[in-house]
Amino acid sequence: MSNEAVLHTPSSYAVHDDHAHDHHHHETFITKYVFSQDHKMISKQFLITGMIWALIGGLLSVLFRLQLGYPDSKFPWLQDLLGKFWVEDGRITAQAYYALVTTHGTVLIFFVLTAGLSGTFANFLIPLQIGARDMASPFMNMLSYWFFFAASCVMFSSLFVETGPFSGGWTAYPPLSALGQASPGSKTGMDLWLISMALFVVSTLLGGLNYVATVLNMRTKGMSMTRLPLTIWALFFTAILGILTFPVLFSGFILLIFDRNFGTSFYLSDLYVNGTVLPNEGGSAILYQHLFWFLAHPEVYIVMLPAMGMVSEILSINSRKPIFGYIAMVGSLFAITCLALIVWAHHMFVTGLNPFLGSIFVLFTLLIAVPSAIKVFNWLTTLWRGNIRFTPGMMFAIGFVSLFISGGLTGIWLGNSALDIHLHDTYFNIAHFHLVMGVASFFGMFAGVYHWYPKMYGRQLNNTLAYIHFWVTMIGAYLIFWPMHYEGLAGMPRRYYDYSIWESFKQFAELNRFISTVVIIVFATQFLFLFNFFYSIFKGRKVTNTNPWGANTLEWTTPINPGHGNWPGEIPEVHRWAYDYGKDDREFIPQTEPVGANESHH
Amino acid sequence: MMMTAVRSNQPKKLHPHKFALWVAMGSICMMFAALTSAYVVKRNQGIWEDVSFPKMFYYSTAVIIISSITMHLALTSFKARERKRYKLLITLTALLGVLFALLQWIGFKELTNSGIKLLGAGSNAAASFLVVIIGLHTLHVLGGVIALIVAFFRAFSKKIINYDTAPIEIVATYWHFVDLLWIYLFIFLAWIK
Repeated sequence: MSNEAVLHTPSSYAVHDDHAHDHHHHETFITKYVFSQDHKMISKQFLITGMIWALIGGLLSVLFRLQLGYPDSKFPWLQDLLGKFWVEDGRITAQAYYALVTTHGTVLIFFVLTAGLSGTFANFLIPLQIGARDMASPFMNMLSYWFFFAASCVMFSSLFVETGPFSGGWTAYPPLSALGQASPGSKTGMDLWLISMALFVVSTLLGGLNYVATVLNMRTKGMSMTRLPLTIWALFFTAILGILTFPVLFSGFILLIFDRNFGTSFYLSDLYVNGTVLPNEGGSAILYQHLFWFLAHPEVYIVMLPAMGMVSEILSINSRKPIFGYIAMVGSLFAITCLALIVWAHHMFVTGLNPFLGSIFVLFTLLIAVPSAIKVFNWLTTLWRGNIRFTPGMMFAIGFVSLFISGGLTGIWLGNSALDIHLHDTYFNIAHFHLVMGVASFFGMFAGVYHWYPKMYGRQLNNTLAYIHFWVTMIGAYLIFWPMHYEGLAGMPRRYYDYSIWESFKQFAELNRFISTVVIIVFATQFLFLFNFFYSIFKGRKVTNTNPWGANTLEWTTPINPGHGNWPGEIPEVHRWAYDYGKDDREFIPQTEPVGANESHH
Repeated sequence: MMMTAVRSNQPKKLHPHKFALWVAMGSICMMFAALTSAYVVKRNQGIWEDVSFPKMFYYSTAVIIISSITMHLALTSFKARERKRYKLLITLTALLGVLFALLQWIGFKELTNSGIKLLGAGSNAAASFLVVIIGLHTLHVLGGVIALIVAFFRAFSKKIINYDTAPIEIVATYWHFVDLLWIYLFIFLAWIK
């Protein structure tokens, strides 16, 4: 409970004005770097764990792209490296292929783009940008990371079990996921998958509770909700979405666990597996899909919103212009949050859903285009005639807008239940969600890392490496996913092991090889980022200015290396919104500066 | 909203831990909303054998309502600094919580004895749902019991005497919440057919 003391007695910091990172109570290596309750350290733990998972998840995609791009080639060296379960006769085995696809999806969506993205930036930015010394409950915050760590360990261990990791797709639809005899991956691998995901849900809920409680209760004096930077609004809505939907997924998982382990029939009915009749009667596999997609659709916004918030902030700072339509930005975030909860059945148009019900879900789905378009319009108008500084963070933020537009437009196609009959489960869908949610959110994350790195480590990243990283990733993302639209329009289904044996899809052999080659190049380029990140922690150029980007928000009023408690003295008071750039002939006016007598209105 | 209803000793804002509890209760509500709506969906399709509610669940309902009253009295005696009465009442509340869990267990025993298969081959989703929903709720009650045990040891600690009402208020709010949750589940499962 020592943090309570920290939270309520700011005066204890006043003594340490000169060397703020000197802490007032003794910290050991364990309490500082391992079981830390400092939100900044926890955010770095989330970030680095997320990066390790991104590396693993990316590597898995390279492996299955090898199979898709080079179905006739043999890779005996891979067999030596990975063993017989994964590679046999120099080819990725079918079972391993499905395991790779499944683990790639689960890891990237949950571990990287949920924990790695909102875990990192909600922890880092919420207290710093609202003017709080730490989270509402630093202890729960620490638990949140360690539940994620435990979930990571379990998921990682599932890669090494004899029957392989779960291989029924990241959606884990029963009956495949419910019956061990249905597939090798549904045995131990699925048990570990469920345990890992249950731990992950607990982690997300503990984190989300904290984020909401902190944003609503711990803002500094003068920081009204309408003065919050858009990052905080976005992270706040993200947390609310998670709190409302992860428990529903949890319920779905509990029923699945009962079906797997206690012989119940929630999801199972009338099944024959390997010639034997199962006793289960009366269950409905569609019920699982409802419970699953009630989370999994909002999940894509849980992944998107933090990226949107950070991009809004970075675009405004580096255009040296106020964000265009602040209230519209908050309103559209709110609209997206609400609509996210009532569109889940658009993933289920082809399950025999009542067409009348389907048309209602089409309507709500297409409505999302409205707030999304408002956001895109406001980003573009923020850029319009700005004094743009092309910092690496800014490049990734602009890249995000580009990817969001390209990926978002195809969402209008897929949201139509009639078109979805043709496009469902094809590469068109893969292209759509990878661009709009996968790569775009990754770009938001990269933008955030490049932008807030000086605050995280007190050092700068190398710009040359960052620009190479940006351009290769940007061009690569389009080269990988653009062609997939054509494959999907031609009806090429997703998740098939080998397309070369299908007369209809043989024509795409070269295209698939091209995509796989680009995947390898883009994956290799990410090592530039990893090197840049870890090298700069120790050897990067030191930050000499507390406010290197000339930004208005509160995190840049802390010392270069803030200690636990963030501000050495009193927490600063806020007098204005966060977007006074280029106002009254001044480049920027920090939030802490009182409104002058002759100042114009914004 | 609830912010005006539950004012703490802090002058302006709701205690952040209390606020976190309210959010957590919202989250728990979502979990049970998911389960009960799955129950409704499932009941309207396929093979569904209605299960008559065992008598024991009526007794457990009475027990949990009484425990809510003792919890409330414990809180008022803590605020009135009647430490002895407070200690007695939280002990009683925790015991009633355990008794509740026990009665739920006996209720399920009653069901199995009357020939209803709850789990395993040949079980019906109607009965299995009872196990999942009521089982999860009971786990939440036991979570409250653990919180009470922590409060109990704090109350008996000789070294530190704490007058901060926030922790015990949090436990009390949670306790009333699981009580209300049970009443909702009881009405939902027993009467709405």
